[in-house]
Amino acid sequence: MTQTLDYEPNMVLATKTYDVVGTRPVRHDGADKVTGRALYGADFATAGLLHGSILRSPHAHARIKSIDTSAAKALPGVAAVVTSADFGSDSDAVVDLGEGATSLKWLRDNVLASDKALYRGHAIAGVAASNPHTAEEAVGLIEVEYEVLPPVVTVEDAMADGAPILHDDLKTEELGEQTDTVSNVAQHFQHKKGDVSKGFAKADVIVEREYRAKTVHQGYIEPHNATALWNNDGRLHVWCSTQGAFTVRDAMAQLLDMPVSKIRVTPMEIGGGFGGKIPVYLEPVAALLSRKTGSAVKMVMSRADVFEASGPTCGSWSRVKIGGTSDGTITACEVELACEAGAYPGSPVGAGAMCALAAYDIENGTVDGYDVVVNKPKTAAYRAPGAPNAAFAVEQAVDELAQKLDMDPIELRLKNAAKEGTRRVDGPTFNRVGLVETLEAMRDHPHYSAPIGENQGRGVAVGFWFNIGFDSSVNLAVNADGTVILTEGSTDIGGTRASIAMQAAEVLGIPAEDVHPSVVDTDSIGFTAVTGGSRTTFATGWAAYEAAQSVKKQMIERAAAIWDVDADAVDMNRGVISSKSDPELSMTFKELAAQLGSSGGGISGTASVSPTGVGGSFAGNIVDVEVDPETGKTDVVRFTAFQDVGKAIHPSYVEGQMQGGSVQGIGWALNEEYYMNEAGGMDNSTLLDYRMPTSLDLPMIDTVIVEVANPGHPFGVRGVGEANIIPPTPAIANALQRATGTRLFETPMNPVAITAANGD
Amino acid sequence: MKWIDYESPHSVREAVDLLNEAGDRARPLAGGTDLLVQLRAKAYDLDLVVDAKNIPELNELTYDPDNGLTIGAAVACYRIYGNSSVRSVYPGIVDAASLIGGTQIQGRASLGGNLCNAAPSADSVPPMIAYNGVARISGPNGSREVALEDFCTGVRQTVLERGEILVSLHFPTPEANSGANYIRFIPRNEMDIAVAGAGVSVVLDNGSIASARVTLASVAPTPLFVAEAGEAIAGKPATEETARIASAIARDAARPITDMRGTIEYRKRLCEVLTRRALMTAIERAKEN
Ligand SMILES: Cc1cc2nc3c(=O)[nH]c(=O)nc-3n(C[C@H](O)[C@H](O)[C@H](O)COP(=O)(O)OP(=O)(O)OC[C@H]3O[C@@H](n4cnc5c(N)ncnc54)[C@H](O)[C@@H]3O)c2cc1C
Repeated sequence: MTQTLDYEPNMVLATKTYDVVGTRPVRHDGADKVTGRALYGADFATAGLLHGSILRSPHAHARIKSIDTSAAKALPGVAAVVTSADFGSDSDAVVDLGEGATSLKWLRDNVLASDKALYRGHAIAGVAASNPHTAEEAVGLIEVEYEVLPPVVTVEDAMADGAPILHDDLKTEELGEQTDTVSNVAQHFQHKKGDVSKGFAKADVIVEREYRAKTVHQGYIEPHNATALWNNDGRLHVWCSTQGAFTVRDAMAQLLDMPVSKIRVTPMEIGGGFGGKIPVYLEPVAALLSRKTGSAVKMVMSRADVFEASGPTCGSWSRVKIGGTSDGTITACEVELACEAGAYPGSPVGAGAMCALAAYDIENGTVDGYDVVVNKPKTAAYRAPGAPNAAFAVEQAVDELAQKLDMDPIELRLKNAAKEGTRRVDGPTFNRVGLVETLEAMRDHPHYSAPIGENQGRGVAVGFWFNIGFDSSVNLAVNADGTVILTEGSTDIGGTRASIAMQAAEVLGIPAEDVHPSVVDTDSIGFTAVTGGSRTTFATGWAAYEAAQSVKKQMIERAAAIWDVDADAVDMNRGVISSKSDPELSMTFKELAAQLGSSGGGISGTASVSPTGVGGSFAGNIVDVEVDPETGKTDVVRFTAFQDVGKAIHPSYVEGQMQGGSVQGIGWALNEEYYMNEAGGMDNSTLLDYRMPTSLDLPMIDTVIVEVANPGHPFGVRGVGEANIIPPTPAIANALQRATGTRLFETPMNPVAITAANGD
Repeated sequence: MKWIDYESPHSVREAVDLLNEAGDRARPLAGGTDLLVQLRAKAYDLDLVVDAKNIPELNELTYDPDNGLTIGAAVACYRIYGNSSVRSVYPGIVDAASLIGGTQIQGRASLGGNLCNAAPSADSVPPMIAYNGVARISGPNGSREVALEDFCTGVRQTVLERGEILVSLHFPTPEANSGANYIRFIPRNEMDIAVAGAGVSVVLDNGSIASARVTLASVAPTPLFVAEAGEAIAGKPATEETARIASAIARDAARPITDMRGTIEYRKRLCEVLTRRALMTAIERAKEN
């Protein structure tokens, strides 16, 4: 079917143009990916490789009374069996691996349970054998004696009086004070601005509602995998699929109590992560097995393991009370957000609470956050962790307020929009941000005024993600043919080899294709933090910029030396090095590169940065849904994603991020959930029944890239990976309300829920 | 490590002997799109699989107006919907054959396998019952025929006895002025298991329903043939009003469970909607015949 569009499907509202930045070269890793030659962790092979398998708890909550591994060890072909005791440590020191402080015991117990199994799928023991089948068979021979305990799988149940307690030693931190109360609530905190009671007193209209979001998984297609070789020289080498090779290295150093210098981590190509490939699961088990056997040990999760034992993002309960005056001014807003941490403390509630009211310039606001442990796998990051849970609540409440005030929902948001100088309820004051520009682009887009059909409804919503900076390193080396080698430590998940190489190319004035980027192991580059927090194009891009500046300076100096003039008298522009005064003295980058060997040797540049000028990103959606009134089936018929990205280095990959985040949000809104049974196990741990959207369930997602440059980055980059997953769930809820007349307060808004809510 | 033997007999006799000898330690293998998945999931513990794809009778696909349609038990879906006679005479079977799995699955999956797997959600069984289908079975004691509505006896249970194999599915030529349809509901548009399904057929006589058959998927331990639904509308005008009568009976006959794919209430609701919609399509198709 060909469609004639009366509008531009993918718009870039650019404010500044460059030679390389903002163009769309073919990605450097494209050929390997499309031919299937890229090497992923599951492809790893080496001589004498052993295969590992994991025994997992069949119970959601149980005390482990004993583990008998003798029959497994006796099976021919089995090389070793390990349990938590093989860590040989009972330290409960507090460590921070970039995802917040946590106890070493909890980290260790999540890898291999010691005293308690806290979710179905919790790893209990690992086996290494000569082939995967024998390893699996041996797992079946391990005898574990459990004392089964009642499970608790939602925050509401976990916070209730008399709830089963996961950790006897977990005491609630209440508003900054450590209490003596043992409960499943690890922490309660509050952000506060102004005085909400005064604000509500001024309001003409107040909306107050409760909302619930279900636990969902990132759904990356490549399962977790790891191969470890504990070599005879005492050095450990790990090959795995990870968003942060250095994070794996540092986690292994803590868990195995060894210096970081003894560990080398090689990141293999990654088949999706979305935040879920930051923690270690298999890596330490493979390492312990390798230490015992002296051979490399490879482990790969099954799909069920991925769902049941790797970190999803939180289910949540929230309450929002919002008040406004009849002219559309929001006078106060109160938010409570309780998020599942999974089996160990550390839910995304902190980030969710930061983002909850970020889009609004509100005089009086409070946000209360609760971090609650439940019998589900420990949550991991997932694209703007916590923020979609908050937005599902707040953006629906704002929508309802607009309806009660009889105001256009975009106009209401524009009237209260946060901007430069707005102090957020959680404290920080905004630098230059692009929410107003994003909302204006939404209002002015042809989608917003297009006619709408029968049984259809249109919804809007916005979302904010703060983005992060952190450490990154890049090395550049000039080849004699004028191309440049770029090495970096950031896992490339969404096309960042290209976006980082392009920033170096822009500085050097050479084509993007002349820069050859590689992601290298932890022995081959300076410290680089995870690919996460939408930081890679921002921070590693900045390192590329700095390293390129160094190369540029050296190229200028070299030309000056060759010409025997002062370096101050030489300039480099668009890949041409020339004298500022003598038009005869001019060389291209390539010409000079060819002379490096004969004029003093090669040139390389290196930079390690930790940039602070992070720029947050706002995203918005306009969504049209159509609902079959008899079956409750929802089709997303039109979807336009807007986002202030600062500067799109490679617009195609930015569009890919916006579309990908939108699709994941659509899945969360309509069908995805951890469907838990009475025993606390996940019933739908298959891709068949987990019901992520397929390509046939989606319209083409139009994108509008808004560029309000981040003053804190040389090219204005903000970071684009996350904000886009925040608005879809509430935007779809708001659209469903328009289509059916009924508002839904819980995800998934699936056909069962839609027909039940609409009565009859 | 466990080994499973594989045999590929070339006659029904040989297959029956192999199956009879091994009893419940063996199963026939058609496309394998259920069996291999189930073996991996350890749903069966077998010593032997007996490939049915090299037995001529199980690969037959023939139609003639006098004798009706014979579909060998191992014939894959793509051959069925690719056959012009089946397309024009048995559109209700094509409805199901073209929505089982995706293109790759349809290259392997058979209707015999769909039936013998005996899942309540099997998509092809309701329309095959609508077409008055009969299973032709061979075993150690010879051959027998079983009406398809009597074939499945429980979840993953059938009338097949030790050593018996399904040879083919047989369908009489539909009467003049008849039509059939199968539809299912899934929350996505692809790659999902029926939350509920309805396979129906109607024979029209001068604008009235002469006879009708209604079978539901996914709302009982077996595909559920609801004879009363068809009987109640015989003699009534072929209208939406009439379809509502049958669909209300279908809804009441359904005995679904609540699980991750849907609730009891929701599945019953779907039985009403799907039966009505399928009947209206079948009536339209009958009018075109
Ligand atoms: C990705 C995917 C999607 C799917 N989608 C659908 C769908 O949409 N709808 C649906 O209904 N099903 C679906 N299925 C299930 C499956 O494809 C169908 O049930 C298919 O028709 C099975 O046929 P088969 O030839 O592959 O059977 P097999 O797997 O070969 O056999 C199935 C069962 O029947 C037995 N059997 C096979 N032949 C005989 C015989 N001649 N006599 C006695 N017993 C026999 C086998 O022992 C086994 O127990 C899907 C499966 C997959 C993997």
